[in-house]
Formats: sequence, structure tokens, C-alpha cells
Amino acid sequence: MSDRVFGCIGLLLAVFFIWQASQIQLGFITDPVGPKVFPYIIGGVLGLSSLYALIRPDPEARWPRLTTLFEMAVSLAVMIAYAVLLPVLGFVIATVFAAAYLTWRLGTSPLWSLVTGVLTSLGIYTVFHLILGLSLAKGPLGF
Amino acid sequence: MDVFSSLADGFAIALTWQNLALALIGCLLGTIIGALPGLGPSNGVAILIPLAFTLGLEPTAALILLTSVYYGAMYGGRISSILLNIPGDEPALMTTLDGYPMAQQGRAGEALALSGVASFVGAFFATWGLVFLAPQLVSIALLFGPAEYFALFTLAFATLGGIASKNQGKAAFAAALGLGIAMIGVDGQTGVPRFTFGEVHLYDGIDFLVALVGLFALSEVFVFLEQRGEATGEAKGKMKLGRITPRLAILAKCVPTMARSTVLGFIAGVLPGAGASLGSFIAYSGEKRLADKEGTFGTGDERGLAAPEAGNNAAAGGALVPMLALGVPGSGTTAVLLAMLLALNITPGPLLFQQNPDVVWGLIAALFIGNVMLLALNIPMVGLFVRVLLVPPRILMPIVAMVSFVGIYGISGSSFDLLVMIAFGVLGWGLRKIDVPLVPIILGILLGNAMEANLRRALTISDGDWSILVASPLAITLWVIAIVGFVLPILFGKRLRRRMAVKKDQAGSASD
Repeated sequence: MSDRVFGCIGLLLAVFFIWQASQIQLGFITDPVGPKVFPYIIGGVLGLSSLYALIRPDPEARWPRLTTLFEMAVSLAVMIAYAVLLPVLGFVIATVFAAAYLTWRLGTSPLWSLVTGVLTSLGIYTVFHLILGLSLAKGPLGF
Repeated sequence: MDVFSSLADGFAIALTWQNLALALIGCLLGTIIGALPGLGPSNGVAILIPLAFTLGLEPTAALILLTSVYYGAMYGGRISSILLNIPGDEPALMTTLDGYPMAQQGRAGEALALSGVASFVGAFFATWGLVFLAPQLVSIALLFGPAEYFALFTLAFATLGGIASKNQGKAAFAAALGLGIAMIGVDGQTGVPRFTFGEVHLYDGIDFLVALVGLFALSEVFVFLEQRGEATGEAKGKMKLGRITPRLAILAKCVPTMARSTVLGFIAGVLPGAGASLGSFIAYSGEKRLADKEGTFGTGDERGLAAPEAGNNAAAGGALVPMLALGVPGSGTTAVLLAMLLALNITPGPLLFQQNPDVVWGLIAALFIGNVMLLALNIPMVGLFVRVLLVPPRILMPIVAMVSFVGIYGISGSSFDLLVMIAFGVLGWGLRKIDVPLVPIILGILLGNAMEANLRRALTISDGDWSILVASPLAITLWVIAIVGFVLPILFGKRLRRRMAVKKDQAGSASD
């Protein structure tokens, strides 16, 4: 079943890819091949290999239960929020929250998660910013 | 001889205090990364490439640091194979067969030391092989025109999965996906944007470092989020080490084993489509057939440990030959090394030996130095590295995620790249679930533009005549190898994988 879904998505992707390739605007200068042909070939391989997965699927993959999947989705949302808020909050504050959340969900007790989050954040800040001089996102407080 | 003077120049570059210090740091860091659960050579180096890049190290220095990390991680990976029966990466699978039984018999320290020596022997002589073979390949590579290069790239993709590849259809899908991602951005030859959907951030294309860190490092974090509480080695870490130096009698007994395995491994590494996992497999089964007269293999025989370790390290060295000389990596780990070179703005290939001899020979000298350093570090300090196994993944994985974010943010300072990286992390997790290999994706992103450029150059020369792709004997040979390499696993892959699995089961039931 997984492989059939995968094959369908792959086929759709291949069709979309080839359609997009056909939409590429040609410039004044061009060579005998042009910018479209190689993407067409790739799209073809993409489509054929997806078709193969559709016709001859592998044994069913083991997917996590719905609760686990939901859990992962929330963690994903936290990472996305982290990526967006990083320039707003600054590295240290944003990282405390993100690291604390992740280690909490991986099974650390809540209080220790906060401690781990703070230590992770300060540790990375010390090593990469203070010692190695890497520029990290600056927040309103300057760190 | 020419080679020796070049090598001496290489050592002159590598043997500065700064570079030696970097090599030492790299070896230590690498061993720790390799020993950590869930991290191995590929994803360890993947996280560090953007960091080395943003730190602004000069190419040779960065190369020395990262190769030391890479070699160190391969050393460190043995620790979890032997102590916990958890192979860090695929080539280490064979190491568990005799390594874990030895550890159960209270000879863990000895097993670690012996495998350290075997790795050293394999890697050391393979590096010599690289020194002599790579310049030969370069002279062949100069016969390559664009059409031959296009065939060679196809060959690299066709044989990437190796003989033991599970599903060639999925490998082809992965390669096409990677190549497709490489097409995003402004076309280098005509200047028209492709697949950018009007998004300015996409005009430069997708940075391969973003994809690499997302696919290799962040997907690992998702795997841990999924299996939280299930897989870990936390409780089992209190293994007794025993003596940590190998007895001379045992070393002497293993010398012929190491010699044979090194040769087999090196050949497997150089050939397209074989790679390190096959190197260690061939070395182990060859040795079993030849030397296992009392049937002790799989129950903690020292030779059964030395063979795959020498074999896989020799194969790793051998795999560097086509990567450096032709610019085409033959395995996952060399693909990561290729990413590292490209990030430093060095394009491997025949011209590399002429244009940047300092980089090549500096790198080769760094391999020698890293090897000696690792052997010297590992035997006395193995007790310390073993403790690293005790770091629980619930603390480690958030750190891995955060360091990945730091590295990618350091390159461009944009949230957009971070979001793309997260997307690749999710993609990598999903594809791993359904057994789509990730390495062809990375390779596709890395080589896509060069592959297309060669195709278009070839057809510009022939003025649009596609038969130029099969016009020379060299090109035809490459196409034949590519096709055979792609079809063989479909015919024989299942049988070979079953034999590998049977070996593993036999050893597993013998040791339980």
C-alpha cells in the first residue's frame, strides 16, 4: 500500500515536473539541446521508476501509530516555529525553548528538560559564537 | 620518483602546527561522533561541513579537519558495533559478527584494540594504493570528452546502490529526484530560470549543504522522535573492557588475514558499485572460507574481526581513487566527501591533480597523519570513548538538531534555508521508511548541473547529433558497465542479500 501511494505521488511529481519543464521560457541564445531536454529525461526516469513501484510494490513499510505521528507533527511545528522566530527572538532564547521541547518529548522529565535546554543553548553559544566566532542570530537583547 | 616528491610536498603542507592541531581535534571529535548512537561518518561530516565553511578555514586546513573527522568517525563506529552489537553504518555490520561475541566473553578492550590495528592496516595500505593508482587513472581520465563524462556520470548513478542494492527502481527514483532538484535555479548556459515559481530565493538553486544536512542529520532526529523510548543502548553500556592492548601472538595470527583482506577490500573500493559494505563482506566471507577450519568464526574469532575491519577501511581508501581522479564518487561516504570538496570550491577530477596539487597531496598526507594519530589515540583512550556511548539520545538528538540549524543559518543567515532544511529532514524520514536510498539524491544534487553541462557540451560539439554519446569505444564501454551494473543487482541482489542475512543470523544465534 505504501509503495502504491508512493508510486502515485511519484507519478504526479513526474508529470508536474515535465509540465513545468515545458513551461521554461527560451532565451535568445540557446544550444542544440536547450534548457528543457535534460529535465524531460529526468522527468521520464522519475515517472518510470514510480510506475515500477506502483506495479511491483515492496512489502508494507512499518508506519508509526497515529499518536506518534501527531507527536512528530508537533515537533515539526516547533522546528518550523524555531526557524521563523530565530531572527526575531535571537539564538539563545529560541534555542532554549526548541531544545527543551525536543528533549522533553524524547523522554526527559519537564524540569530537567528546561535545564538541558538552557545548557544546550549556552553550550552551543559559547563554543560556536564566543570561541569560534560564528555569527548567530541576534535577538532584541543582543544574543 | 615523481609520486614521492609530490607526496613529500603534501607532507610539507600538512605538517604545520595549525594543521596538526586541526587533525588532532578532528580525530577526537570524529571518534566521539562515530561512537555516539545514531551518528556515523556520513551524517557527522554532513553537520560539520557548513560549520567548517562558515568558519572561513582555508581549503587545505578545512579538508584536513574534515577528513580527520571522517576517519575518526569510522574508528568510533566500531565501538558501538563491538560493545552493543549495533553497527553504526552498513559496512560495520560484518564487524559485529565476531566483535560482539568477543565483547561478551569479556574481551571487549582487546577486540577494540585489534579492530583499531586492523583498520589502521587496511586504511594505511589503501592510502598507498591511492597514491600510486590515482595518478594512473588521471592519465586515462584525460581521454574523456564531454560524451564520455556524461556516460561516466550515468555509470556512477547506475552502480551506486551496489550489487546488494534492494530495489533498483527506488534507487533510480532517488537519483532522478536529486537531479531534478539540481535543475532548480537559473540555467547556467542560457540564463533562463527553471522551476523557480517566481521565488527569488530559488534563483540560486537549492544549496546542496542545506539538502545534505536535512536529509542526513535532521532525518535522524525524526527517526528518534518516532522511536522514542524504543531503541537505545543506555542500559547495556556497562560492558567490561578487559585488557586494552592486543596480545602479540594474536596480532601475528591476524597478519595474513589483514593482508588478504586489505587487498580484497581495496579492489572492491576502486570498482564502481561495490563500495565499503561489499568490501567488508567479501573480506569476511573470503577469510571464513580460507581460514576457518575449526568453525570458530562467528563465536569471537579474532580473524573474523580483523578481516572485515581491514576490508572496509581498505575499501574506503580505494573508493577515494575514482572520486579524486574522475570526480565521480562510488559510494555514500565518498559522496559526502565530494560535497565537502565542492563546498570548498574544489572540483575533483583529472584537472585537480594539475591545478591544485597542493590540495590533493595535502589531503593524502592528511590521510596518513590522521591514520597514525587515530591508532595512537585509540588504544590508550578507548576507555574514555566508550563512555560516550552512555550519552542518552534524548539529550543528544536535540543538540544534533540545534547544531544543524546553527550550521545552515551560518551560511546564509536566512530563515528560508532553515525551512528548506526542515523540509528535507521530513522528506528524508519518509523516504527512509519506504526504503528509498538517500545517497543518490545527494549525488544527484551534487552532480546534476555538471552532468547536464557535459551532455549539452557533447551535443554542441556534434551539432545536435545524439549518436556522439556512443561514438567512442570508451563511451560504449562505460555505457555497458552502467547497464550491467544496474541490471546485475536485479538478478543477483536478492541472493547476495539473503546470504549476508543468513551469516548475520547464524552468528546471532551462536552468540545468544
